[in-house]
Amino acid sequence: MDHLPTLVLEARDAIQAAQSVSALDELRVRYLGKKGEVTALLKGLGKLSAEERPAAGEQINQAKQTLSAEIDAKRQQLESEALNARLAAERIDVTLPGRGQESGGLHPVTRTLERIEGLFTRVGYDVAVGPEIEDDYHNFEALNIPAHHPARGMADTFYFDATRLLRTHTSPVQVRTMKSSEPPIRIVCPGRVYRSDSDLTHTPMFHQVEGLLVDEGVSFADLKGTIEDFLQAFFERDDLSVRFRPSYFPFTEPSAEVDIQCVMCSGNGCRVCSHSGWLEVMGCGMVHPEVFRHSGIDTERYTGFAFGMGAERLAMLRYGVNDLRLFFENDLRFLRQFT
Amino acid sequence: MKFSEQWLREWVSPQLDTQAIADQITMAGLEVDAVEAVAAAFSGVVVAEVLSKEKHPDADKLNVCTVNDGTGEPVQVVCGAPNVDVGQKIPFAQVGGVLPGDFKIKKAKLRGVESRGMICSASELGLEEETSSGILLLPASAPVGTSFREYMQLDDMTIEVDLTPNRGDCLSIKGLAREVGVLNRLPVSGPEITVVEASIDDTFPVTIEAAEQCPRYLGRVIKGVNVEAETPLWMVERLRRSGVRSIDPVVDVTNYVMLELGQPLHAFDRDNLQGGITVRLAREAERLTLLDGQEVALRPETLVIADERGPLAMAGIMGGENSGVNEKTHTIFLESAFFAPLGIAGQARSYGLHTDASHRYERGVDPELPAMAVERATKLLMEICGGQAGPVVETVSDEHLPAPRIIMLREARLESALSKRLQPDDVTDILQRLGLEVDKQAEGWSVVAPSWRFDVAIEEDLIEEVARIHGYNNLPVRRPAARLALRPANEALLTQSQLRNQMVARGFQEAVTYSFVAPDLQAAMLPDAVSPVLANPISSDLSVMRASLFPGLVRALEYNLNRQQTRVRIFETGLVFNGHLDNLTQEPMMGALVCGGREGEGWSSTKAQVDFYDLKGDLESLLAMGGAREAWRFEPGEHPSLHPGQTAQLFYNGEPAGWIGTLHPQVRAKLGLKVDAVLFEVRLDVLSQGEIPAFEPLSRYPEVRRDLAFMLKEATPVQALLDCAKAQAGDYLKDIKLFDVYAGKGVAEGYKSIALGLTWQHASRTLNDEEINQLVDSIITNVRAELDAELRG
Repeated sequence: MDHLPTLVLEARDAIQAAQSVSALDELRVRYLGKKGEVTALLKGLGKLSAEERPAAGEQINQAKQTLSAEIDAKRQQLESEALNARLAAERIDVTLPGRGQESGGLHPVTRTLERIEGLFTRVGYDVAVGPEIEDDYHNFEALNIPAHHPARGMADTFYFDATRLLRTHTSPVQVRTMKSSEPPIRIVCPGRVYRSDSDLTHTPMFHQVEGLLVDEGVSFADLKGTIEDFLQAFFERDDLSVRFRPSYFPFTEPSAEVDIQCVMCSGNGCRVCSHSGWLEVMGCGMVHPEVFRHSGIDTERYTGFAFGMGAERLAMLRYGVNDLRLFFENDLRFLRQFT
Repeated sequence: MKFSEQWLREWVSPQLDTQAIADQITMAGLEVDAVEAVAAAFSGVVVAEVLSKEKHPDADKLNVCTVNDGTGEPVQVVCGAPNVDVGQKIPFAQVGGVLPGDFKIKKAKLRGVESRGMICSASELGLEEETSSGILLLPASAPVGTSFREYMQLDDMTIEVDLTPNRGDCLSIKGLAREVGVLNRLPVSGPEITVVEASIDDTFPVTIEAAEQCPRYLGRVIKGVNVEAETPLWMVERLRRSGVRSIDPVVDVTNYVMLELGQPLHAFDRDNLQGGITVRLAREAERLTLLDGQEVALRPETLVIADERGPLAMAGIMGGENSGVNEKTHTIFLESAFFAPLGIAGQARSYGLHTDASHRYERGVDPELPAMAVERATKLLMEICGGQAGPVVETVSDEHLPAPRIIMLREARLESALSKRLQPDDVTDILQRLGLEVDKQAEGWSVVAPSWRFDVAIEEDLIEEVARIHGYNNLPVRRPAARLALRPANEALLTQSQLRNQMVARGFQEAVTYSFVAPDLQAAMLPDAVSPVLANPISSDLSVMRASLFPGLVRALEYNLNRQQTRVRIFETGLVFNGHLDNLTQEPMMGALVCGGREGEGWSSTKAQVDFYDLKGDLESLLAMGGAREAWRFEPGEHPSLHPGQTAQLFYNGEPAGWIGTLHPQVRAKLGLKVDAVLFEVRLDVLSQGEIPAFEPLSRYPEVRRDLAFMLKEATPVQALLDCAKAQAGDYLKDIKLFDVYAGKGVAEGYKSIALGLTWQHASRTLNDEEINQLVDSIITNVRAELDAELRG
């Protein structure tokens, strides 16, 4: 009993010196176990007088509690050190790039076409497509461009034989749709078109989106509103100025070319807009009655508008591409810029 | 059409500057392409007179002249022009003047002789592009000392308009002036045109055989003309400002009148005509040598002007070489005709020709114009070349002249078309200024279209005219109204966009290649393909329609390999064209090509190169999107572009749907490619076919799994084993996994070990060992019987 303080001191030193959880467990057994040294003192209480017994018992229990608490504290310390050591060992460089396939990208023309389609389908237009090898009837005749019409000189046509050709515009899809369905008709027709022209600003193949709306009471004002909305939405510019210039297409009347305020210089004049402040972006007009007649639509009851635009031109303006030919070279260094 | 602003202002002169006029007509549908000064900037040039000329003492080719430039003292100047002579009026650049190109005129000594100024040629003043051979000679009436710019009225602009094909009426100063008059509500007046009375009786007979194509033909004989006379400078200048070169006075006058009034004219050498003029269609095997020297074989639908010996000119397109005016011409026969647009349209183009005359006739020349034009031309010709005019002889077929077009414009229709009510008086005014005869009636306007407006024939034409003059940008803007009807949507169908995005997610870049390819490339890849061939390709490299997406993808690969892009993953969607024109399919396909490393270069990637199974995995991910993976099968196949041992044909519900394989080594060699590539091409219509998911209840009972490894002959496709196993695996088979393929040590030569993991599960009870064992036994038996394959020991 007398050596209790020494025993406690000795035990505390041993606990503090322990290097592992298992060493601590051994110390707990050695001092506090059933046969432990402190436990043994409790067993010796019987030899004391009844007066001494409570105080001695108190002292021993206190020593037990103290040692037990120190062992627990030490154990916690050792465990957290071990965890920290493990975490430190498992450290990785999180700045290394991740694993797996990098993602690809859509062609800028597709991206543009999908964007245009999206703007129109969201308000109820359908997407319509048609063949690219067309006949004279659908590409010209039904669009009020009879043989020998001077407008046939407007587009240089690729021919296969006297009547089969590569469509020069997506307008034949209008004709096909009007022949096969009843008004109201609301469609956009994206697709490849072909013209025999190849230089800095022309490629023999390019993409157009044609739009057509036929219903009762459609007026030129509806056309203007639709085009303005579209261009402002496409360029995400509410204040984009749009102007309509009289023009001529055999399949629309009245016809207009649409100019927007130059998006490169905000209309101040630059190389892209030839210092005019305006950019020609699309053509449009009210559907010509002759076209309706070819499609069997009652011209007194229905009116409609049509518009057409070049996807490459819009993509160039939207993304700042300065060379049309890049679109068809499929250079990965170009394509990746649209990922 | 190019024209001089000054010339236009003689007819109508609004209070607007040049740019404002250009903007105004652009916004009226006559798009201005360019506005340019008619002469470059220069200063210090005056009209002067050559007073004396002496040979330069030390230079053979130089003369020492004195000129009177209006300053008082004669000025000495050294001149090298061969045509300089005493008494000439010439443009003289004084010391201190600046010529185009910032060329400053200074006092100089030329071979020891002082020269104070320069006598100028047209090209030195920027009035001619080619270097002139001599100094520019001015009329004797030119006042000495006047600023040359002022004298020549060089402070003028050339305006170039790009006219749409419907506006043939604006291919003249007269027509443009009319339009400017309408826009500015100004009167328009041109030079007074009076009848030149005949002073001789000479005529030349004209017969019209093709009245439909030529309803009106006016002819006039002018005798005693001096073709060697000089075209006056003012006319040369006006022609120049319209982009027309001066040739000789006769041609110049016909060009001038065409530019001024819009009427093409033609002058024949009367002495080269025999018998009489016949306007008729060409006959079989007739030939004609044109003015430009080329000889053409005429086709029977071509209108010609002929005499009794044969064709003299292609009517309304180009004259003949042998009947035209030359320096010896003494008597001319002037033609001023109306050729119907349909008679001329397409003809010039079919001979590869395009002339100022054909351009106008195709679009329509006012049938009332020939008489006026012939008088105007006669007067100008006689002023320049002298001569005596015979009477104008008109041959006309009234029934073939364009009938007057009477059109009704309804007020209500106009309002509904534009969503705006215009003041009826304004509408009447617009129509009248455009030259229409207007009769205002209760419901609208009954109008007669003017003879020069071939494009005004129906009510919509009038609506357009009114809208155009009123100004498109002054018309209201609104949004179309529509019923909010929901439309059917096929849930099973995948969109092209979804499929494309899946490829993008798997690391592919989308390519867009031309739909026409080089025939040799297509032949190398698809020797049996038949696809349409362009009759007029842009180049032979782009002349045959692609029968497959493969050639374009391979070209794109090549392009990138040549630019150090060694890892290529591209795809494309688009039509492919197969068959002859009369039996043609235009089918949308999706194609892809991979080449190079399996993964992009990186710290953790292997150096492995892509192979068949990489691309097959990409393709399978597309097939799985619709949820109908089971409908698709891959079968070993043969395709001319692909490696015979590494090619699968794709079937959708038993129907051929595409190909996948490694590029054939021979094809690769033919194309000069040094690396392997794997390609696929699948029909988009079937790729888009999906299924709507159908729920099956989840079983609460345990799964049972058995793994079986079979020794399969090397040549036996795994698909056969899977089919065989499935056929005997019963109704409760949930899944079959192929988890190992092994050949090598422990497996006999010529065999491979295929390990399958089969999982069964019953919806409403626990499966017992016995029934599973039975199924496994029958699988083993069936595989042995069908494929001659044993379980691996």
